[in-house]
Order: sequence, then C-alpha cells, then structure tokens
Amino acid sequence: MPSVEILSRIQFAFTIAFHYIYPPLSIGLGLCLVIMEGLYLKTGKLLYKEITKFWIKIFALIFGIGVATGIVMEFEFGTNWATYSHYVGDIFGSALAAEGIFAFAMESAFLGVLLFGWDRVHKAVHYFSTIMVAVGSALSALWIVIANSWQQTPAGYRIEGHDLGARAVVTDFWEMVNNPSSVDRYAHVIIGSFLAGAFLVMSVSAWYILKKRFVEHAQAMFKVGLSVAVIAALAQLFTGHRSAHYVSKYQPAKLAAMEGHYDSLAVADMYIIGWVNNKEEKTTGIKIPGGLSFLTHGSFSAPVEGLHATPPEDRPRAVNFVFQTYHMMISIGMTLIGLTLLALILLWRKKLFQQRWLMIIFAWAVLLPQIANQVGWYAAEVGRQPWVVYKLLRTSDALSKKVTADQVMFSLVLFTLVYMLLFMLFLYLLNRKIQHGPDIAGSKHDDDHDQYYPNNLTNLPS
Amino acid sequence: METILGLDLPTWWFLVIGGLITGYGVLDGFDLGAGSLHLFFNKEESRRLVLNAIGPVWDGNEVWLVIAGGALFAGFPLVYGVIFSTFYIPFMLFLVALIFRAISIEFRSKEPWPWWRKMWDVSYTVSSTAITLLLGLVLGNLIHGLPINKAHEFTGNLWTFFNPYAILIAFTTLSLFMLHGAIYLVMKTENRLYAKLTIMVNNCSKFFILCFILTSMATLIYIPHMTHQFKNHPELFILPMVAVFILLNIKRNIDARKYFTAFFYSCIITSCLLILFAVGLYPNIVLSTTDPAYSISIYQAASSNKSLKIMLLIAAVGTPLVIAYSTFVFWTFRGKVKLTDMSY
Repeated sequence: MPSVEILSRIQFAFTIAFHYIYPPLSIGLGLCLVIMEGLYLKTGKLLYKEITKFWIKIFALIFGIGVATGIVMEFEFGTNWATYSHYVGDIFGSALAAEGIFAFAMESAFLGVLLFGWDRVHKAVHYFSTIMVAVGSALSALWIVIANSWQQTPAGYRIEGHDLGARAVVTDFWEMVNNPSSVDRYAHVIIGSFLAGAFLVMSVSAWYILKKRFVEHAQAMFKVGLSVAVIAALAQLFTGHRSAHYVSKYQPAKLAAMEGHYDSLAVADMYIIGWVNNKEEKTTGIKIPGGLSFLTHGSFSAPVEGLHATPPEDRPRAVNFVFQTYHMMISIGMTLIGLTLLALILLWRKKLFQQRWLMIIFAWAVLLPQIANQVGWYAAEVGRQPWVVYKLLRTSDALSKKVTADQVMFSLVLFTLVYMLLFMLFLYLLNRKIQHGPDIAGSKHDDDHDQYYPNNLTNLPS
Repeated sequence: METILGLDLPTWWFLVIGGLITGYGVLDGFDLGAGSLHLFFNKEESRRLVLNAIGPVWDGNEVWLVIAGGALFAGFPLVYGVIFSTFYIPFMLFLVALIFRAISIEFRSKEPWPWWRKMWDVSYTVSSTAITLLLGLVLGNLIHGLPINKAHEFTGNLWTFFNPYAILIAFTTLSLFMLHGAIYLVMKTENRLYAKLTIMVNNCSKFFILCFILTSMATLIYIPHMTHQFKNHPELFILPMVAVFILLNIKRNIDARKYFTAFFYSCIITSCLLILFAVGLYPNIVLSTTDPAYSISIYQAASSNKSLKIMLLIAAVGTPLVIAYSTFVFWTFRGKVKLTDMSY
C-alpha cells in the first residue's frame, strides 16, 4: 500500500480541488446577483427580478455543495496533518477562525433571507442580504488566501521550540495578515472567481440564445456576465503579473520550475508552449528568448536564478507538471481576454447575439476559467513542494503520526465515491434548473411540462 | 501569567470554545433533531413543512461548528491535532454524513418523483442521526478519557471508542436533540401536524428523561474524576440540580402546551449538560486513561498569549455580529411555517 504521506496528499489535493469547483462560482455569481438585483431595483423591470430569482436558485445549489465540501478541508488539517496543525495553529488557526466568524457566518445567515425572504422582507432588505452574501463569500476567500499565502511567504512570526515540538508563533498580526504575497494572490484569486461566475452566466445565456428560449432574458443576463468578465479578464493580466513578481522575489525555485529554467548563470526564456525533461534538465518549445529575464529584472540579458540554485532535496520535483499547469493558466487567461473583447466589440456594433459560432464558443467557455483556476492552484501548490510552509516545514514532516495508511485509504475511497455521486447529482440538477429556465410572469410555468409539451393546452386561455 | 478579569488567557479560550460548542449544540441541535424525526411524518406535505421549518436557518446553525472547529484549531492547536487524528474514522464518517445531510435538504424538492423524495428523506434522517450519534460518541469518549501515551499519541484502536459509557452518551445526545427538535417543530407548525407533534414531544421527553437518569447514574459510578471535581468544589452541585430543575420545567411546560418556554428550557439544558462536562474536564481537555499525568491541559495546548489575545479580540467583535445575523434571520422567519414557490 502507498505511504501515509502520499495517500494524505492525494486525499487533500482531491478534496480541495473538488471543493474549489464551487467557491469561485459562488463568489462570481454573488457579484452578478448584486448587479442583476441592483438593475431590478433601479429600473423596476420585472425581467431583472426574474433573472435574479433564476440565478439565486443556481447559486443555492452551488453554495450548498461548496459548504458541504468545505468543512471537509477544515477537519482534514486535524485528522491528516496533526503535526502541521500544531505547527501553524497559532497563525493559521486565527485566520481560519476569522473566516468562520467574519465571513462564513455572514453569508450563511443572509443566504436564508436571499432564498426564502422574497415575500417576507422589504425589497431593500432583500438587496442588502444579497450584498451581504456576495461580500461574505469574497471575505471567506480573503482569510483562506491569507492563511495559504502565509504558507508561501511566512511573515510576522518566530519559531518556538525545536524538532517535532517546534511551532510558529505570531509576533505581529498585521505583518502576518499582510505577508508579502497576500494582497496580490487575493486579487488574483478573487478576479479568477469573478471570471468563473461571469462565464457561467454567459454560458447559460448563450445556450438559451442558441436554442431561441428566454431570448430577452438571456441577452440581459449575457450583458451582465460580459460586463463583469471583460473587466475581470483585463485586470487578471495585471494581478497575474504582480503574482509572478512576488514568486520571482520570494520563491525563485517555484518560478524556475514554472518556466523550466535550470542554470542560474543563464538568461531565462519565457515559453508560450513547451515541455520540460526533468531528467536531462532540458526545456524545449516556442519561447520568447530572455522573456523571463525581462520580466524579473527588466533586461533581456540578465541571468535569473535557476533550479540549480536550490539543493535537489529542497526544490519541486514535478517540474514539468508545474510548467504545464502554469502555462495552461496563462494561455487560458489570454484566450479569455480575446473572447471578452471580441464579444464587447460585437455587442457595441449590435451584432453579438446573431453570431451563432461565438455563442457556441461561449456556451462551452464556462470550462475555461474553471480549468485556469484549478491549474493555477496546482502550479502554486506543487511548485511550493517539498515544503508545506515554505522553507520552514516539510510536507513529509507535517503528517499525523498515529494515522495509518489503511485509515487514509478508507477515507480516500469513501470521498472518491461520495464526490463522484455528488458531482453527477450536481450536473444533473444544474442541467434541470437550466432546462427549466427563469420563471416568467404571465406564462404559466408548471414544473417543466411546458418545455416538453410546447403546445400544452393548459397554457391556452380558456 | 497574564490575566483578563481575573482569568488567564487559556481559561478564557476554554470558555470561548465551550461557548461556541454550546451555541452549536443549541442551534444545530434542533435541526439535527428535526432530521432524526423526519421519517416519523408520513404525508408529503408534512415532510415539506417540517423541512421548511428549518430551511432558512440550518445552514447558519452549522456555521457554529465551523467556527468552533476554527477556534479549537486557533486556541489549542495541539489538542486539535490530537483529537482529530485520534477520531480519524469517526470524523470521516461524520464529514460524509454532513455532506449527505446538506444535499438531502437541498436536492429533495428538486424532483417530484416519490422514489426520489423517499430516497432523500431516508438519507436526511440517517445522516442527521449519524451526525448526532457520532458527536455524542466523541463527547462520551472525551468525558471518559482515552488511552493516550506520554507523547500525546492515541494507543487504542477503533473499538476503543465503542465503550458502553460513550454509547450511552451518544444516545443521550440523540434523545436531547430529538426532544429539542420536536419542541422547535411544534412551535413552527399548526393544525393536524401540530397535534401529531404534541404527541411526539411527549414521547421524546420520556426518551430523554430515561437517558438522562441512566447517564447520571453511569457518570457517578464510572467517571470518578467528575465526582472528584464535585467533592473539591461542592458549590458546583448547583449545576446538576439546575439541570434536574430545568428537566422538570420542560416536562411541566410541555404538559401545559407552553412550547416557547419549553424550547427556551431545552436550550438551557443543552448548555447545562455541556457546562457540566467542561467543569469535569477543566483544566484538562484530553484525559489520559493510561496515566493521569499524560492528560493534556489547556496550558500545554494553548497558542501563544499574543495569538490568544488577538483572537479574543476577534471573538469579541465577531460574536455579537454573528448573534445579530442569526437574530435577524430567526426574526425574519418567525411564526408558523408556510410553503411558497421558493420553498424546498
């Protein structure tokens, strides 16, 4: 049987990757809901209320699964990574507790009003609840990213004790919170989430437009999604650059892995697409010569610290994996900028919704930000290895000492089965809600019957 | 050692975490209990009503678990690691049950087919009951103590957890939550469903009183450190007396059909039982049955004073906010539950 370490790592990677399908969608949809309901309050048009209600139902589905799979993460720190928990508790624990008390409580409480409060509270109170849910979900991400960023670039701490009894202790709370990578990484994560939500809205809208259903509603939703996406896609270029900059400064081994750069005395290239052979320490592909040198030092001929500068036991081993995931994220980011700008120009020339080919692309494009969010994290987390807390605690030392391989195997199999079931149910129900579409005033919309029986006699005035 | 209002910081955190766990027990307790009772309702409309009675609040209630977990992680990282890795399998099953419960509530209403609804109804009751029993089992083992060695490592196996005392506590927790849930539901329903629930409340109260008596006797006989605390601090005897007094009050209010008051008292008794448990443990959090010297005290497990102080501030600012949100939601959805087009 594989070791406890590898099983625990697979389990954590699997459960968090699965979880991360949902929070970015909640955060992005939260913003879209604020815009949609805001438009309803401003214009008083029923159409905006109907699309808001439609997306709230989808939001609830996504949020529900996000919560259910999120608690798993919190528990896993203690169950599988007890040494890590002890080591970082003083720091990580406070961020996690702050997340629960400041963010999660807010979004969960107001979600009840958002879902069930339409007839019970004033319009303005309902809108306030929508805003609180959106802000709450964005704040959740803030504390989680702070905690993770501290693992990447620890600050505001000192080490107490030694060997297995060692732990990091806060010396300056604000320095810990505002560690060198927090702000940039948070911006990058949150904008990635906006993209995920906005592309889901646009995908569903594009599909309706293709099927000629709810066309008026779909065009309105698409515009909301597009307005978020076009700004977010461009902003992501900036936050991405900032994030790369912090990596070059604080985690040079990770940056070197991202570009497959080994020799510290050499000029570093930037690849568009490529392949790393870690055995021969060679990278091949289409590249901008000296590109990475220019990005880190502002000069095409300056040498950049390579993987050789870090001892083999202290640097990531899966170099090609980091390289590929990082490049996939960038390629997708560029594609999203192109797609959203193209759509914006066509919208401006009032030709957007007639372009069937583009609508087909948008219907599928929901997958792009999802993939980019996933692979971006893979690059960030695998690139940090072999450390769980950068240069302080090794992943292999962070385990629970008394947990055995068969216990972890049991839970891993259990989670795999449950999550597969969960994902199938999610897709099925999401599809059902999309098929059903928004409930439109005036047209009787009894369950899904009218969709299967378009000439349903009950819809005719008698 | 630094103190605030005469109490040192680890003691403060012991109280904060105790308060959060109590908040979780009081709040999620009733919706878990409602879940355990769900299959006793036969008609589709009744099931929808009782589900929607907890609909807008269950998620907010579960947040208290997340916060309590985060607080334990932050305040006593050593204990967080020891408890969670010791109860590895029970906690994994607990997580799976939490997932199934959340999706049962969320998915049930999405299809009209009877088999679909029946499937999620069963899943909802089984997962709610499993969550309650597992929480009770963990609690029972913590009261009883665990075979922990000098290096704070658990030396037992999975079967260690299934000792008679822990099993009894698991069922006492179930009976308490079922009573608590039944009283909540009776407040939220009317007409025939209300009438059915009044009978259910009565049965639940009998089940709970039986468990309460058994637990009290078992604790006196098998858990010497609890009685030891009472010998040293006779003034603490007020706690079990209050518990018995409240228990009688619940019964009296149920008989008089004053369910709001009864619900208030069932909140108090949940708190009372958890306080008794905390008093029995203090200043330890994890008791070692191998050798009392290996028990983990709050002073060994606590985070640095600086961290504890920062987090006390976070808790002082955050807790009123959380209470304010919860109050707002409970107030918005006050009164008898009605089904609308947005209902589950």
